[in-house]
Amino acid sequence: MVLGIETSCDETGIGIVRGSELLADAIASSVAEHARFGGVVPEVASRAHLQAMIPTVHRACADAGVSLADIDAIAVTAGPGLAGALLVGVAAAKAYALALDKPLYGVNHLSAHVAVDLLENGPLEEACIALLVSGGHSSILQVPRVGGEEIVELGATLDDAAGEAFDKVARLLGLGFPGGPLIDRAAREGDPAAITFPRGLTGAHDPAFAFSFSGLKTAVARWVEARQRQGEPVSVNDVAASFQEAVVDVLTAKAVRAAREQGVDYLLLGGGVAANSRLRALAAERCEKAGLRLRVPRPGLCTDNGAMVAALGAQLVMHGASASRLDIGADSALPITDVLV
Amino acid sequence: MIALVIDTSSAAVTAGVVEIVPALGGAAAVSVRGERVKVDARAHGELLAVFVKESLDEAGLGMRDLNAVIAGVGPGPFTGLRVGLVTAAAISDALGVPAYPVCSLDAIAAIAQPPDVVSAGELLVAADARRREVYWAVYRDGRRRLGPEVDKPAELRIEAMAAVTAMAGAGARMYAEVLGLPLIETAGSSLSDYPTVLGLAQVAAADVLGAGPAAPLTPLYLRRPDAVAATASKAVSQP
Ligand SMILES: [Zn+2]
Repeated sequence: MVLGIETSCDETGIGIVRGSELLADAIASSVAEHARFGGVVPEVASRAHLQAMIPTVHRACADAGVSLADIDAIAVTAGPGLAGALLVGVAAAKAYALALDKPLYGVNHLSAHVAVDLLENGPLEEACIALLVSGGHSSILQVPRVGGEEIVELGATLDDAAGEAFDKVARLLGLGFPGGPLIDRAAREGDPAAITFPRGLTGAHDPAFAFSFSGLKTAVARWVEARQRQGEPVSVNDVAASFQEAVVDVLTAKAVRAAREQGVDYLLLGGGVAANSRLRALAAERCEKAGLRLRVPRPGLCTDNGAMVAALGAQLVMHGASASRLDIGADSALPITDVLV
Repeated sequence: MIALVIDTSSAAVTAGVVEIVPALGGAAAVSVRGERVKVDARAHGELLAVFVKESLDEAGLGMRDLNAVIAGVGPGPFTGLRVGLVTAAAISDALGVPAYPVCSLDAIAAIAQPPDVVSAGELLVAADARRREVYWAVYRDGRRRLGPEVDKPAELRIEAMAAVTAMAGAGARMYAEVLGLPLIETAGSSLSDYPTVLGLAQVAAADVLGAGPAAPLTPLYLRRPDAVAATASKAVSQP
């Protein structure tokens, strides 16, 4: 039984997992405190993590019906993420590991986003392609084994992460923060074909698996500003739907292409943006057409949580990975290839 | 009573194990059984847990021997401070033993001017608050009379400083010229510029012995967070 601690951004997540069975997924979010700043304020997030840590551990134990003494190992996000926020989780994990005399596993947040799929969709013995999309990252990964120690990044965003683009466009449209769910909702009432926004890096000579969303975000801003200058009405729903379509079109096209080129049968979605309803729908549609099987956790497990960290920790324990040392640090720029610190 | 002592409110990473026993006149005697200190403002996250373990090893004790946790709650630079507080809180939680918060400046005062020494004047304790400011408090006969607060060294209130005759702490040493008071040198060690294991334990000793109610380890931030979002907030259409 593994306790997972996640504090890389604005969610204090504590998960408890036995093997690949989810026992508890307790989350305290400081998202409301960041809303008026239009983005996550690192110091506000760090303060909230410290305040929420112990109560959230208690809630997770209560939800799982276990006591701390029953825990066999502690896993924690060691990076990437906000440095000060990560540090709170890493210090807490070390203290619990030390006091309970259990092994510590400092793990990669991105790998944890992939591993959480096992909790929902069961074991996967084959290699897969993972599309990891969130406010901090947008990558296409080649994953020989979900929950394993080897991951290869085939491509990533060259500028903004997909979730960042959602936040910025939501702000531009006056929808608020965080942008993902708000754009998703507005887009349901809009026409995705109303405006043709550019699809970044989809030219014949562009890198096949890299993304760029900053040009798209600028194009949306220009389009809206031009309308406003001419005194024409702007349909927020149409803009949201058209913008969202441009993002998920590129994401799914490239991910499906990667899966085909690598000759794998599975495409896995993870990260906060994988909670987007249109991304899930389009991925399902294109996977079916391409003869791929889609694995995607329920939206609550796509966003940051402690269960994903516990899930990865449990896989590492099961496969005999050696525990982390007590002097590991938090690495805000931890490379994706470092699954275990 | 055996207590784990932690402070990360300054550039020093400090952990130790103390034994607290009743002394004459209802007082408490503190002896340090194990201790690890390193001045490295960027290493709290890496070193603290290791130091806790090494202090216990030096004392020949294990986690289960601990009866209490004592933690310096600042004021201090936030990122390091939180490492100590979440560590102390988690250990206290995992072991089911009470935690006792100590104002970190009090721990410096306890060593620089022990409470049983009646002094003619007051003591200023100042810690480095970065941004050319100090966290400070004023003590009379070992008791905090003012503070903790955060200010520029040259702008400490005249009222606060009227009866101060000496000063201590890393902030006091740093701005010795501006503050213009004699610096108390304790035990010939510059480590006493920072909250020490002994000082922290002495401040909390009576509560630990009396098994007084544990209190939440609430950090003394004294400053609001800088409200700058992590993502850029320039106009979207700017190139
Ligand atoms: Zn994430």
